[in-house]
Amino acid sequence: MATKASRSAARLMISPSVLLLLGWMLIPLALTVYFSFLRYNLLMPGGTPFVGLENYEYFFTDPAFMAAITNTLLLVVGVLVVSVGGGILLALLIDQPMWGQGIVRILVIAPFFVMPTVSALVWKNMFLNPVNGLFAHLANSLGLQPYDFLSQAPLLSIIGIVSWQWLPFATLILLTALQSLDSERLEAAEMDGAGSFARFRFMVLPHMSRAITVVILIETIFLLSIFAEILVTTNGGPGNASTNLTYLVYAQSLLQFDVGLGSAGGVVAIILANIVAIFLMRMIGKNLDA
Amino acid sequence: MARAVRPGRKALNTAIAWTIAAMIFFPILWTVLTSFKSEATAIADPPVFLFFDWTLENYETVQQRSNYARHFWNSVVISVGSTILGLMLAIPAAWSMAFVPSKHTKNILMWMLSTKMLPPVGVLVPMYLLFRDFGLLDTRTGLVIVLTLINLPIIVWMLYTYFREIPGEILEAARMDGASLKSEVLYVLLPMAVPGIASTMLLNIILAWNEAFWTLTLTAAKAAPLTAFIASYSSPEGLFYAKLSAASTMAIAPILIMGWFSQKQLVRGLTFGAVK
Repeated sequence: MATKASRSAARLMISPSVLLLLGWMLIPLALTVYFSFLRYNLLMPGGTPFVGLENYEYFFTDPAFMAAITNTLLLVVGVLVVSVGGGILLALLIDQPMWGQGIVRILVIAPFFVMPTVSALVWKNMFLNPVNGLFAHLANSLGLQPYDFLSQAPLLSIIGIVSWQWLPFATLILLTALQSLDSERLEAAEMDGAGSFARFRFMVLPHMSRAITVVILIETIFLLSIFAEILVTTNGGPGNASTNLTYLVYAQSLLQFDVGLGSAGGVVAIILANIVAIFLMRMIGKNLDA
Repeated sequence: MARAVRPGRKALNTAIAWTIAAMIFFPILWTVLTSFKSEATAIADPPVFLFFDWTLENYETVQQRSNYARHFWNSVVISVGSTILGLMLAIPAAWSMAFVPSKHTKNILMWMLSTKMLPPVGVLVPMYLLFRDFGLLDTRTGLVIVLTLINLPIIVWMLYTYFREIPGEILEAARMDGASLKSEVLYVLLPMAVPGIASTMLLNIILAWNEAFWTLTLTAAKAAPLTAFIASYSSPEGLFYAKLSAASTMAIAPILIMGWFSQKQLVRGLTFGAVK
């Protein structure tokens, strides 16, 4: 029951949030686009002339750009495959009858709550380090040469670290979805003669498909912006081997102080993310109708 | 499920699940254990698991020499601060969307959520320059503002879903008894929504505490929270594994505990309700 008074009150109550978010969306974004058209380096004195698309040309022809785009996609796909694939398997496993399911859940969920800088540094030093890390000790005990993960397979190592952080998220979401599946229907199917793989393929998987899609889309949004893990482990290196788009823009803006170039990079990053966002919004929109 | 399960099958499930869970949890466990070792023990080969001389020296060193307390306090201030600010903005907004919906409500909600999908790097440059020009670089205030903005959509969303579960008739009854809008919200709605608000606060504190983009790019020495402080261990001198472990354990312990209690809220908040 909405009276006229409550309608205008409602508009008043919602406006601070809407206005702030609107400002947050428009003002920095407009500035980024504006800066992307200037030659603006914080270290170089003098004016900031309008140079049109020069920054974009420079950005697209930078060899680091192609490397960054490739690495960004590899990172996203790599982590998705491990976290979603592993998440499905883990969810199925944890849903089985067992003792101590609550504790298993707690142990599996934990990595998601560890702050990214801590997990990256713990992995970098105490596990992956070729001199003092546990993997090195393991290699030595087997008589093998320790492998320098972060120098020789930087992107793969970062995929591993980030997957460790996001596997719990995927598992938790998928497990929640799995547990909402009516077990009586599954039993009925079993009594009708459906084998476990058939039950999985025709009943469990379709039921989970929505959750799987949501996990993929949400993880993608966050994975496009992987930053802290790269910063504290490899700094994008060696060379550009583990630089993703986010790190590239950061390096150009705050390390090389080329604000114009960094802004152009920022615009590219936004366009990339928007394409993903469109799909995600369609998914959530369906849920709001339900 | 009424069917009995063969105990053998159950034991197998348990064994496999516990093994995998232990493997996944192991890095965290190892960090906590290493925090109690001396530096030499921390890098020992073969690695020492449980039987060593447990010591608290790392905790003492980290706290004394590196102003750990200030960074910890910074994390607390920006997490709690952005949560409170977010609630102040979001409670009215969620009230309006849940109890006085209009035909635009759904679109506004979707739009708010879409602002969360902005890659932060896309606005890094103007944010850095604006903060520099307004004297907000390396301040807790600046970080509180940014963290509030990036998490506001989630807070509004979560409160909206909790408010929708409260029957509107109770608020109407209060209105018909003559309650003003302010009393309706403060004295009728909020007490009923306490669990939802608490859950939202929990989730937001976790998200703000672990935020690792703006806290790394907009801070230097003064306002750096724990995320940035730990990052400074990325190029240390000398042996540091045990100290890193001690610093890390202190940094993650509160959030781990809070996180274990907030699993349901996490699912609701981070999947934007698409998974129930």
